[in-house]
Amino acid sequence: MLYFLIRRFFWAIFLFLVATIITYIIFYVIPSDPAHIACGTHCTPQIVAHVRKSLHLDLPIYQQYWLFLWNMIKHQSLGYSYADGEQVNTIIRQDVPVTASLVFGGAVFWLSISIPIGILSALRPRSILDRFGMVFVLIGISAPAVWIGLILAYVVGFKLGWTPIATYCNLLPTSGVGTCSGPAEWAYHLILPWMTFMFLFAALYVRLIRANVMETMSEDYVRTARAKGASSSRVLFQHVLRNSMLPVVTILGMDIGLALGGAVFTEFVFNLRGLGSQLIQSANRDDLPVVVGIVVFACIAVIIFNFLVDVAYAWLDPRIRLST
Amino acid sequence: MALLEVTDLNTRFRTDDGIVKAVSGVSFTVESGETLGVVGESGSGKSVTFLTLMGLVDRRHAEVSGSVRFDGQEILGASGKQLQKIRGRRIGMIFQDPMTSLNPVKKIGWQLEEAVLLHNDVTHDEARRRAIEILKEVEIPKADTRIDDYPHQFSGGMRQRVMIAMALINNPEVLIADEPTTALDVTTQAQILRLMTKLQEEHGMAIVMITHDLGVVAELSDDVLVMYGGRVVEQAEVDDLFTKPEMPYTWGLLGSLPRLDITSARLEQIPGQPPSLLHPPSGCAFNPRCAYAFDRCHEELPELRAGAVGEGHRFRCHLSDDERARIWEAKKASLGAAEGSAA
Repeated sequence: MLYFLIRRFFWAIFLFLVATIITYIIFYVIPSDPAHIACGTHCTPQIVAHVRKSLHLDLPIYQQYWLFLWNMIKHQSLGYSYADGEQVNTIIRQDVPVTASLVFGGAVFWLSISIPIGILSALRPRSILDRFGMVFVLIGISAPAVWIGLILAYVVGFKLGWTPIATYCNLLPTSGVGTCSGPAEWAYHLILPWMTFMFLFAALYVRLIRANVMETMSEDYVRTARAKGASSSRVLFQHVLRNSMLPVVTILGMDIGLALGGAVFTEFVFNLRGLGSQLIQSANRDDLPVVVGIVVFACIAVIIFNFLVDVAYAWLDPRIRLST
Repeated sequence: MALLEVTDLNTRFRTDDGIVKAVSGVSFTVESGETLGVVGESGSGKSVTFLTLMGLVDRRHAEVSGSVRFDGQEILGASGKQLQKIRGRRIGMIFQDPMTSLNPVKKIGWQLEEAVLLHNDVTHDEARRRAIEILKEVEIPKADTRIDDYPHQFSGGMRQRVMIAMALINNPEVLIADEPTTALDVTTQAQILRLMTKLQEEHGMAIVMITHDLGVVAELSDDVLVMYGGRVVEQAEVDDLFTKPEMPYTWGLLGSLPRLDITSARLEQIPGQPPSLLHPPSGCAFNPRCAYAFDRCHEELPELRAGAVGEGHRFRCHLSDDERARIWEAKKASLGAAEGSAA
């Protein structure tokens, strides 16, 4: 177990370095002048030069990168936005709850629809439900997130007027004029984004769960369970499900980790101020510290969820406990 | 009345390529306490026959007809609930591959207790006590601690003992063993067979030993069923079958059996492949591989008929009694001759 943790730790550092270095190199290659943007429209060349120096943009790229690493390790700081001088830590702290609400709520939605459909269509392959599920899957896989989001916003939000079309409300109650907050408002405003996520992911998960359940149903130990005299439902719940959920856990961990790094399109369509829309905005403004900050956060999210997957795996499958 | 009486059992699987005739017109009986050996190649229908009578073939893809009477009661086509009461309690079953036949994510204690709790109204502690008891009976060392291990912590032979324990934990009247030793190495095979014989004496259950190993049959069985192409081609008491087999496929099987008392330069083999059950040969299914086939064998399926010994020994072959006797005598002589030349 210790060996496993050490290995995992070094892997995480390596992943982190690669991701941030690539981000820096991309920004170095793009011909742009962040100092000019940071300074504003009415700047003299002298002031621009001053700004450039204060943002360390005059240093070679490897020194800038070193400075970024140093600040992060020494001060746990991701630096300051070029655009408005705000702390990147603060920006991310503001945006994470939005993206996290979107992703975790979406995951609950897509799992609660894909697990039952996946299992039922595995038990009755080629039935009407199975075929219906297949159509649903094809729509989900073929349609882009933006399109699904816009259609939902137009039909459910605008035409039917059942839900808000856009914006986010805080989960925890906050006071203030013109702000909405509280769990009910939070969920009410997030329904459409969650539905969008559900369409996107449920499709794949239905297929994945269906395939895994069918494969497990044909295992020898399932035949053994039936030969023991277990009923079909007992066979399904006690012998099939846990074994068939192993691959689903892997994919789920990866998807959630990745989506936390920014559900770009869904946030964009529903005007949610999360990491995804922040990433687009900052990239447009050449705001390197914010972009790198989000990359760092995404790395950490992916690493944490991969670790959680491993823990879940060891819990689900006793064969893994000995080999780690 | 026989304990298990199978009459004209047919199993057909619908596939995309057509209908697979896995089992055709199979009839036999199993008396309580006796051992029936069922021999045949892979794809001869021997496993499917017993999966069918246990109701373990997928009903959506299989058409089943005929009659299976267990203890006087028709169980073919019985409801799921009725079958669940019989499976695991009155008929136990063990399978070929012990490595994959136990659930990998459940402790073996859990799996044994499940078998008890499914059929008996007892507490968990009582179920666990019985599980430990049966593990001791199948000679698993340190049964009271090993009960909390997972299947992957056992060797193949030990897992097969667990499977046997699980099949016998409710004292069934019949144990169906589907190639229980095929996946094991030879020394372990011998141990498992000895264990099964011992348990049969103690529990008094009937055993159906499905195998392709004639050695196993010779050692354990009272009666033998030889299957080929989904049909019974010969059935006899074990001594009759070995001393006077009546049809060419059985001759081939006996000829391919390695024997230490006969030093033959080379084992005989049956040429060709097992027949396709999707497009079986017309007439006798064995005719493409039979050295003695003549016109009638290609046209007409031989009936299962009684030989010289009487109803106890039945076989399918168009060859006349004289011809068969002559061929078998010659075969016996050639086996003997091989011995002579080697000496």
